[in-house]
Formats: sequence, structure tokens, C-alpha cells
Amino acid sequence: MTTDVAQPETVAPLVNPGSSGGLLEVYRRRYLLKLLVQKELRVRYQGSPVGLLWSYIKPAVRFIMYFWVIGLLLKNNLPDRALHIFSGMIFVSFFTDAMTSGSKSIVKNKSLVRKINLPREMFPVASVMVTVYHLLPMYLILLGGCFLSGWHPDLLAGVAAVMGLAIVLLFGLGLALLLSAWNVYFRDVGNIVDVIQTVITWTVPMIYPFNLVMQKLAHAHTAIYEIYLSSPLCIGVLLNNRAFWTPASATPKATAHQNLPANLFERGAIMIVLGVLFLWFAQVTFARLEGRFAEKL
Amino acid sequence: MTTSVVVKNATKRFTMSNQNTVRRLAINAIKGLPLSKSFTALDDISLTLEQGDSIGLLGLNGSGKSTLLKLISGVMTPDGGSVLTRGRIAGLIEVGAGLHPDLSGRENVYLNGAILGMSETEIDRKFDSIIAFSELEKFLDTEVRHYSSGMFMRLAFAVAVHTECDIFLIDEVLAVGDQPFRKKCMRRIRELKQEGRTMVYVSHSPAQVLSLCERGLVLEAGRMVFQGTAEEAVKAIGYTVDDESDDD
Repeated sequence: MTTDVAQPETVAPLVNPGSSGGLLEVYRRRYLLKLLVQKELRVRYQGSPVGLLWSYIKPAVRFIMYFWVIGLLLKNNLPDRALHIFSGMIFVSFFTDAMTSGSKSIVKNKSLVRKINLPREMFPVASVMVTVYHLLPMYLILLGGCFLSGWHPDLLAGVAAVMGLAIVLLFGLGLALLLSAWNVYFRDVGNIVDVIQTVITWTVPMIYPFNLVMQKLAHAHTAIYEIYLSSPLCIGVLLNNRAFWTPASATPKATAHQNLPANLFERGAIMIVLGVLFLWFAQVTFARLEGRFAEKL
Repeated sequence: MTTSVVVKNATKRFTMSNQNTVRRLAINAIKGLPLSKSFTALDDISLTLEQGDSIGLLGLNGSGKSTLLKLISGVMTPDGGSVLTRGRIAGLIEVGAGLHPDLSGRENVYLNGAILGMSETEIDRKFDSIIAFSELEKFLDTEVRHYSSGMFMRLAFAVAVHTECDIFLIDEVLAVGDQPFRKKCMRRIRELKQEGRTMVYVSHSPAQVLSLCERGLVLEAGRMVFQGTAEEAVKAIGYTVDDESDDD
């Protein structure tokens, strides 16, 4: 049997065993993170004959509903309507999945959280990473649709794609951290997530185009218009529209002008800064709340 | 000698708020009833261990032994006082918690090892030794859900006793498994001790405390009522040493 007491050259300092490095500690123990993500991917649909496909069937049905019902009933003749819906939907799906699975992540792993001292941020981060994993095939489908529709991306399209993704990742991870911690104290969080889900589905230009929002709100109700544009997910979706949808239209400039707000990139940059601050706030709050996880669970 | 664990005036209170709906809170606030009940699990505990010390925590159920162990492991933080430790901490505390029933034995060795703080190379290096210890060679690729409860515990134990650490915590776990396996665990724990790890051992078995620990601490309703040698501690709590030792 191996007989190695961990004995570093210099004697380790006396430290508080309960303190944790937070997200940095998660990065340091990324091997565990990798195993947790793999486990989650393996067991999420255990015992379900359709298995992993559920992660694609659900968004596919949602897409078909938006496309046909709204298209037929509202006689919406936006160019490349499928791309418009899909470029928004992948972010809305990502965001709702990250919130739903992230908020449950600590409570679901309570046997570990209660007994073993490991960075608890590990669990919401792992569940967000599982969601990111499901996002990748969505991008492939989106790109396929883009090429079929004659997509001519410019440099700004690439910038918009990266910025949009950064915004939803920062806010998605931040929310997952916050909600997972609150869920330990108040089990109402599941219902709050449902409410947010309904709100974000209707407050981003996905089912309807942004030009409707500009027509009705931009001049008549400036305050509401600005509130609408203050949603991180809305800016993310608009950036994704700019990346994948408008460059596929026959007249990219005109489509962008009619369907995107002025200063979209400036708004995006501000949102990224806010996202970093939000993630920091979420981490600080999480660290404050995790002290009592073991006894509250 | 280097100090390994310093517990200084540690106090831990649990708040039990059974009225956590807004309606109940409002009613209790109006009636002037307390909004939560609190209960002191540990009261002003102080304890210093040098590297290589071994101490048995004795006390009746609910006296705070496990809570003290959780403070040392860092799972819980004290409300008053402080807890400081040096080096890596591992242990046999609810060892089954890190196993996932839908993964195979092999996958669980890696997952559980990583949960207990091992790196990939460390697990690779110890994999054969872990499997040999668990005696589960034939069932490595079987999902753990098909294991018997004894096999399940053997796998969990095997991983836990292979973690590299400076402080090793044991919480009443040696009552599982058949006698040959229990003996093997005791042998391994004795090895860990001889290699110079600090040991904190929670047990109801005076024979095991006497055979593993030099020191003893007796808790009663969250208060420390005795600290001294293991023999004195067993006498202080009034346990009689019966013939239940798993020693060879």
C-alpha cells in the first residue's frame, strides 16, 4: 500500500477549513468539475428510452410552435423568419435551462454538500456547463440555417456573436449561483424561475420582430423602451440577430436598421461590464450564504 | 511538533425556523412569539492537536460529536470562536455520499476520489490498490446500483482510506461490513496513524477508542466535560470495555 502523507517542503499554514476560494477554487479543481459534468450528461436521462434527444425535442417543438402558429395567425412576413426565431431561441433556451437546472443544483446534491467540504460553486457551475454542452449543437443547426439562407457575415457579425454569448454566459452563470444558494433557504425559487421564464419569453424579440417594439415604444413610451432594452437577455438576442439573422437577408443594412436598436454594440459592451459585476455580486452573495448550507439542507 | 488542529472557544448554534411561510411569520410577529428556536449544539469547546495526535470523541447521541467533526472538516463554520487546521483533511464521514448509483464501480472510484480532493494522476496511481482493498475486481464495470450494501460500503471505504491527508476524521463508520473487512479497515487506519496523520475519531465503542487513540474528549449536551487520556475519558463517560474489538 502506498504510504504518502501529503508533506510539502514548507509546512502549510494554519487556516480556517471552512473558507473557500469560490469560483477560483472551482477552476483549480477542474478535474472534478469535468467528472461532474460527464456524470450529469450520463445520468440526466437515465431510464428514459428517448434519452438525450429530449434536450433537442423540447426546443424543436417550441420552434415549430413559434414558427407556424405565430407565422400563420399574425401573418408576419419578416424575411428569414426561421432564422430570426432560432437565433433568439437558442439564448432563451440556454438561459431558462441554466436557471432551472442551476437553481436546483445545490439542493439536488445535498448529501455531498452536507458531508464533504468542497467548493459548493462546483454544482451550479457544472449544471451551467451541461447547458453549454447542449448549446453547441444548436449553434451548428443555426449555422446550417444561415448558409442555406445565403448568410454573408461581416466582421461585426462575429463580434456580435461573441458579445451576445458572453452576455448570456455571464448572466446565466450569475443567476444559477444566486438561485442555487437562495433555493437552500427558500424553496420558492422553483416558482420564481417559472415566472422569470414566462417574462423573458415575451420580452425579447424572438416571437415578434424588434421593429414592432421600435414603432410602438421608441418615441411614444421612451421609458418602457429603455426598460425593455435593459434586459441582458434582450441585448444578447439582438446581438445574436445581428450576427446570424440580418447578414442572411437580401438587404442586410436595411434589415438591421429596421430591426435593431441604435448603439447596439455600445449597449452590448455596457451589458458585458454589468455581467461581470453581476457575476461578482452573485459569487459574494453565494459565499455569504453557503456558510449555513450544511445545516439548512 | 507542529500544531495540526486548533479549536478555540468554538460555539455552534442551530436555528430551527419551522414557521418559514410569510403568513406564519406575520402571525408570530403579531402575537409576539419567537420567530425561530435556536439550540446550542456546541458550547465553548477548545482543543489543540499536534500533528500525529489521535483523539477519540465520546458522548451520547446528540452530544455534539459529529458537529465538532463537521467544524474541523470545514463543512460547518462556528458561530463563535474559531477553528484552524493545517494541511489536507480527509476522512471516513458518510463515505457513501459521493457514490452515484448509475455509474460503474470504476467511474465511481474516479468521481469519488475527485470529490475527496484527489487529482487524476493520484487516482490513476492508486487505482489498483483501491480496487484490491475493495475486493471488487469482478464488479468494476457493473453499475453501483446493482451492488449489495456491503459492496457499496467497501468501495466507498477503499477510496476514502486512500486519500492523501494530514488530518484524518472518522465518524462511527466501522460498524459496517463483515468482520474480515472491518479488521482490514482497522489495520489500514492504524497504518494511517503510524504514518503520522492526526486522527479525530468519533465512536461509541470504548474498545476501539482505546486501541486507536491516545487522547479522549467527552461531550455532554454540547459541553466538554472531560479531556485527558483515552483511558480516563472512557472511565469518565462510564462506558465498560466489552469484547467488541475488531483488532487482530
